[in-house]
Amino acid sequence: MKARVTVTLKSGILDPQGKAIEGALKSLGVDGVASVRQGKVFDIELADTDKAKAEAALKAAADKLLANTVIENYRVEVLS
Amino acid sequence: MKSAVLVFPGINRERDMARALKLASGNETAMVWHADTALPKGTDLVVVPGGFSYGDYLRCGAIAARAPVMDAVRDHAAKGGLVLGVCNGFQILCESGLLPGVLMRNAQLKFVCRDVHMKVERSDTPFTRGYNAGQVIRVPVAHGEGNYEADEETLTRLEGEGRVLYRYCSAEGVVDESSNFNGAAHSIAGIVNERGNVLGMMPHPENHVEEIMGCTDGRGLFAGLVQHLEKAA
Repeated sequence: MKARVTVTLKSGILDPQGKAIEGALKSLGVDGVASVRQGKVFDIELADTDKAKAEAALKAAADKLLANTVIENYRVEVLS
Repeated sequence: MKSAVLVFPGINRERDMARALKLASGNETAMVWHADTALPKGTDLVVVPGGFSYGDYLRCGAIAARAPVMDAVRDHAAKGGLVLGVCNGFQILCESGLLPGVLMRNAQLKFVCRDVHMKVERSDTPFTRGYNAGQVIRVPVAHGEGNYEADEETLTRLEGEGRVLYRYCSAEGVVDESSNFNGAAHSIAGIVNERGNVLGMMPHPENHVEEIMGCTDGRGLFAGLVQHLEKAA
């Protein structure tokens, strides 16, 4: 079973990397970029085939390690 | 003083730290591997040293914070034992939940490796009793992620409870934007937990303890810890 965990910075948290990327995009002449926030994507393969169990495991993974919930939000998706 | 220095893969300041601890206390320091589940009996002080544990993968300190030895460190702290985290050690303590907040990328996005000044905010703690309140000391920093951030409520609590022990300042002791080289909230260089027995700081006092290093301003921190423990014994 394939799954994806997406970790993003909470709004209001300063993201200097996103700001630098935003500046680079603007200097490249990419039009219409209002702002950039950088995040992380984890593609995870699970042995379990039970969707509910998989979601619970992914949530635990995100809470315990993948995200620092002081500054980050996460989203869990079971893909197949 | 019986001290233990934790060793994680990728840590590189553990020997500097052990040397500074020995210089201050006269005792050998135990080096404790991250996979160990217990600290040596009678450990007074646990030090989480600087470096790049696990190559800073995921987030600085995130993986080290979940190592088996950290449960023993949590127990030690819960019993009132002293814990000192420097640089990556500070990041590890924040990630492990022993200290609030988080260390973000430096505001200027640059790794900063140079001497800075910091002000000792109070002298009545185990981690600062070797200094006078208001004293300015010179210590090296070497980090890319030392920009301390926490939510407003946490910052208000830290300030209200006098838990900011060290703050970046100019050589003259002025705390301002130009001396806050990494953009840390309230120019925070070091904070303690609620109970006052766990300190995290970004600068490296262990690298300013011998004449040959060109400065001995870091000695006070270690001497203070030794004094504190002798008094308690």
